[in-house]
Amino acid sequence: MAVSNKPIVWGPFAAGGTLTAFLTPALILLMLLAALGYTPDLLAYERLHAFAGHWLVKLALAGIVFLSLWSAAHRLRITCTDLGLRADGAVAAIVYAVALAGTGASVLYLLRI
Amino acid sequence: MSRNPYVRAITAEWIFRHPRYLRYMAREFSCLFIGGWTLLMVWGLKALSEGPAAWAVFLEILRTPQSIVFHVLALGFAVYHSITWFNLTPKALPLQRGEEFVADAAISGAHFAAWAALSLAVLYLAGAF
Repeated sequence: MAVSNKPIVWGPFAAGGTLTAFLTPALILLMLLAALGYTPDLLAYERLHAFAGHWLVKLALAGIVFLSLWSAAHRLRITCTDLGLRADGAVAAIVYAVALAGTGASVLYLLRI
Repeated sequence: MSRNPYVRAITAEWIFRHPRYLRYMAREFSCLFIGGWTLLMVWGLKALSEGPAAWAVFLEILRTPQSIVFHVLALGFAVYHSITWFNLTPKALPLQRGEEFVADAAISGAHFAAWAALSLAVLYLAGAF
């Protein structure tokens, strides 16, 4: 049987697509409210710092960042193919590297909170 | 006799051939906004880890007109992604009860209801209202 790495890249894409469908609009709305000057209580420094200080919240945030970035990266890769870019290997390497770098950075920052 | 293999030119022109293709591309482009916004969130985590002053600067940058425009666009694309994703759930998760399949509208409807409940819960718990 041919060995394929498709499930490995596709699994987090599907999980991330589902997670972002359920959660991202509400999260963006929270930041939009803050941007418009109606900062939600949670986004006040003391509360958010205490909230993100819990290990379970850190784990959840790192998971959200990884799955969101990975699914966006995978979709961007497919879109590049759709738009006629033939260098799929290079595109894949770049978009997945950015997703992993973003996740790594978020883990680093979360550990400092 | 050797010939160069024929490589068919792929262009982006096909997108405009049918409104359906344009809607497909709008869905796919949502990844730029969801990914971009997530990177902004990582930047926010950086500010949060650096202390109250850095967090205040982050909130200040959020309030710039460019940020507001970006957030409005990102919200629109994120909602469009959610709608298209949940509309596809009957195809991804067909449910069979006895001989019959559960109606498509019931499966996607359950996802839309869960999405609404979860969004309201997040906004409420975060103190947005």
